[in-house]
Amino acid sequence: MELLGLDVLFKGTNMARMLGGLWVAVEISLISVVISIVLGLLFGVFMTWKNPVARVISRVYLEIVRIMPQLVLMFIVFFGATRVWGINISAEVSSIIVFSFWGVGEMGDLVRGALTSIPKHQYESAAALGMNKAQTYYHIVIPQAVRQLIPMSINLVTRMIKTTSLVMMIGVVEVMKVGQQIIEANRMVSPNAVFGIYGIILLMYFFVCWPISLLASHLEKKWSN
Amino acid sequence: MSGEREIVLRIEDLKKAYGDNVVIDGLNLEVRAGEVIVVIGPSGCGKSTLLRCINALEDIQGGRILLEGQEVDGKSKNIAQIRQKLGMVFQSYDLFPHKTIIDNVTLSPIKVQKRPKDEAVAEAEALLDRVGLLDKRDDYPRQLSGGQKQRVAIARALAMKPEIMLLDEITAALDPEMVHEVLDVILDLAREGKTMIIVTHEMSFARAVADRVIFLEGGHIVEEGIPEQFFDHPKTERAREFLHTFEFAAVRSHTE
Repeated sequence: MELLGLDVLFKGTNMARMLGGLWVAVEISLISVVISIVLGLLFGVFMTWKNPVARVISRVYLEIVRIMPQLVLMFIVFFGATRVWGINISAEVSSIIVFSFWGVGEMGDLVRGALTSIPKHQYESAAALGMNKAQTYYHIVIPQAVRQLIPMSINLVTRMIKTTSLVMMIGVVEVMKVGQQIIEANRMVSPNAVFGIYGIILLMYFFVCWPISLLASHLEKKWSN
Repeated sequence: MSGEREIVLRIEDLKKAYGDNVVIDGLNLEVRAGEVIVVIGPSGCGKSTLLRCINALEDIQGGRILLEGQEVDGKSKNIAQIRQKLGMVFQSYDLFPHKTIIDNVTLSPIKVQKRPKDEAVAEAEALLDRVGLLDKRDDYPRQLSGGQKQRVAIARALAMKPEIMLLDEITAALDPEMVHEVLDVILDLAREGKTMIIVTHEMSFARAVADRVIFLEGGHIVEEGIPEQFFDHPKTERAREFLHTFEFAAVRSHTE
């Protein structure tokens, strides 16, 4: 225990603090994921529009999301917005803004991909069988689009959860930050804590993301028929 | 025999163009109940477009299409009801990949025609049995061969109890050995007296199944007639030339 520096976990309320930190990380990702899914669905439909203005807007947005590092975006929102507009956004809200900005873009692209991948003939077959537009979408298009979408969007969710380890950089006290604090406080008495604490954090992330990943592969298998 | 039967489909002066490209130019056609019409012609002559217009999958630029006296118009509110009377089978089968075979066949009868589920399932099973695929009822389309998929697509169209079947080159995407199993189903339907309009490149099948052959070129009907007359003694030079493209002259003589 002491060799791995795991003893500090059981000192005082350390374990509870770590779990509290983990919850902050999960909370930020959960809120961002919900916003990303809702707005991402709308953005995805918007991306399928043939209107040139809509195309340019979605293109530029998506490129920004893909190219810009999340950390830089967070610094811009958290520090930049405060200086330039004098508005005070908390670190948590800044994180959620940046994560949602990122998630809506990527989710939108996944939705666009899923919708455009449904062949024209599927719509025509449905029409030839006497289905109206609503029936075609309900029975044919949406079920097929969702089957494509869910595994990929779950992958996006796990990436968002992992990336919350960056939000400590703007001062959110999440699991990484709590871990650092514990390590600092025990620097003299158990210098090996640096291994134990970060190791535990690794496991925590793993046990949050693993079930989600399992769900994705389960759905993928179920729907591959 | 077709003389006394009622006319189910009447096409009057149909015009279809994509921009300046006129595909169908003033086409007239009457189809009587129980009649099997085979449409042939060189590629790009408008045969597939004709079927797609009949089912309002394409908008038309002129003329009228009347199904049992009702105008077929893609913009009208009751187009979904009219389409139920037209069973269409496409070249690429287009089964719904996320549904089992039985669900593919029963989906529209249950959801669109609101028929009771057990009745629709029983009928679908009878249809699958008829096309020889009842044992595949719980499989997914991807587990089937092309010929099997196409037979399911035929059963799916039949499940709506259509007045007319529209078959758009249904064997064109199939391996040669699967063509027969699909066409046998169609021959069986013809024997039963199903009204059908068939676009095909299979000349021997056309000859066997047709009551009337229509030769289309440049958006017009160039020649029409009973198959024996059309295939053996075509009246127009164009039809003769077209039929000739299906024959090959021997390169060498093999007389001993």
